[in-house]
Amino acid sequence: MEKLLIIAVVLSLVTGMAVQAETLQIDGSTTVGPIADAFAEYFKKVYPDLDITVKKTGSGDGAAALVDGRCDIATMSRFMKDKEFKDAVANNVVPVAHVVAIDGVCVVVHPSNPVSALTRAQIRDIYAGKITNWSHVGGPSLPIVVISRDTSSGTYETFESLVMAKQAMGSGVEYVNANPQAHARVKTTQGAIGYVGIGFLDKDVKAVKVDQVAPSRQTIVTGVYPVARPLFLFTNGYPKLGSVVHKFCTFYLTEKGQELVEAKGFIPLTAY
Amino acid sequence: MDSESPTLTLGPTAERRPARGGLALTPGEDLLGFVGSYLGRALLFLITGTSVLAVLLILFFVVARSIPFFRDFGIGEFLTSQSWRPTADEPTFGALTLIVGSLYVSIAALLFAVPVGILAAVFLSDIVSWKIRDIVKPVVEILAAIPSVAYGFFAVLVLAPWMQSQFGFSTGTNALNASVILAVMALPTIISVAEDAISALGRELREASYSLGATRLETMVKVVIPAAHSGIIAAVVLGMMRAIGETMVVWMASGNATQIPHPWWDLSQSIRTMTATIAGEMGEAPEGMPHRSALFAVGVVLLLMTFVLNIVSEYFLSRARKATGKS
Repeated sequence: MEKLLIIAVVLSLVTGMAVQAETLQIDGSTTVGPIADAFAEYFKKVYPDLDITVKKTGSGDGAAALVDGRCDIATMSRFMKDKEFKDAVANNVVPVAHVVAIDGVCVVVHPSNPVSALTRAQIRDIYAGKITNWSHVGGPSLPIVVISRDTSSGTYETFESLVMAKQAMGSGVEYVNANPQAHARVKTTQGAIGYVGIGFLDKDVKAVKVDQVAPSRQTIVTGVYPVARPLFLFTNGYPKLGSVVHKFCTFYLTEKGQELVEAKGFIPLTAY
Repeated sequence: MDSESPTLTLGPTAERRPARGGLALTPGEDLLGFVGSYLGRALLFLITGTSVLAVLLILFFVVARSIPFFRDFGIGEFLTSQSWRPTADEPTFGALTLIVGSLYVSIAALLFAVPVGILAAVFLSDIVSWKIRDIVKPVVEILAAIPSVAYGFFAVLVLAPWMQSQFGFSTGTNALNASVILAVMALPTIISVAEDAISALGRELREASYSLGATRLETMVKVVIPAAHSGIIAAVVLGMMRAIGETMVVWMASGNATQIPHPWWDLSQSIRTMTATIAGEMGEAPEGMPHRSALFAVGVVLLLMTFVLNIVSEYFLSRARKATGKS
């Protein structure tokens, strides 16, 4: 009986060691989260022993987790801030950025709205509350319902930094807490203006040209469209070649990886 | 309640037998039982104590984290300024719009919910047959069990477009939308507390009224409702607490614009509440920055409001209990 027990314990230890060999902790942006999820799902199929967890707590939390060594890969929808970088280096962590995809933030209006092009200055004035009627930008006489993402979203951060140029949002701006909700509000509100990721463009909302450039895969990935940003994976140093982290961070280069990026509504980097 | 049939009730002295004595054994006779009963009491006291402790800890935590804000920015601007720009380069933290927003939707919700709730309570306690009452009451209580995010979905995807097309509002996520949903959410609380208060009055009061020649309507309006007013007020206050503390629905349905409606009765404008602000901004307010302590300061205001409402409702509930005890 005792012998059996000992054998059982030894066996479980041996197999346990074999199983717990590889884990991959991913933490960070809610925007990059879907890409990480899709990659992780594929990796789980290919490497059944691999234990991957993907958390979506926000870019700032992802950076903090990488600095504290709580994750192997931090997903971020913006580059690391100076302070985060300094904290990391002080903690003997050297953040290395891998761009996995490009996200375009598209300014959308109701399909019935005749306005089809706006300049960034006009959009800024609309969001600052200086322009309140569509007739001021060549549209019908209709009050503008301004819809923004909540201030803790990565999409808000991109829009705010690329369009608002330090201007404060007006007090009449409405806030919604997800891309689908922003889409739903614009779709159902005649005078609405909003912004969503390019994955959320469809026939129910109309994307306007920004500074004379229509959002498309090509204009976004080449940087011609002004409201676009790269999406990052951050690792501590460049991952060891052949390691799981390395495979994960270069997966976007494969055909399957690009397919997944596109399926999630983002633009693969090679779409020139 | 305990005196509904006075002839059968035992006097308070007969009921309140001292805990020791009577059936209990002395330690000499049953040491294990004696120790066990004390251990059991101690354990139950500890368990009860944790919930009290939790309240005190939450209170302490929220107040302590808000102190840096009040020290640096003072309380005057916080309560009077309408400019809430926490992420600007020169941040301003005027919470007046948020405080007004919370009160605004809660009071508007009560305007819808109180008349409906009281009428429904009267109907359930005095008019409808027991059979139907036993079906309707559980269904009303299911309203309280629906997750608030489901209400939120309804508000955004159904109510908002409907309000736009029906009333021509420029935006469908507005104070009216949030108030209507909050009213529906406050209804189960108001109905069940008010119904308890009304039915607890007992037959005597109603029969006395009928015997004086009052009609059913007169009995309801002039006797029963006035007699149950303490319980009804408590129901309304509890409903208000439900509305003011609700987060998900107002975050989704109210539009979250930091403004006070102008003119003030215009429910079709979008507003923002304290709860929605805390929920929406806590994620990206960095530790140690004024933004975060400002959100805790908003939390303190919210706690104070619910605290006062709680005391008021307790006061009226105990009055209602006393009143029905006497009758």
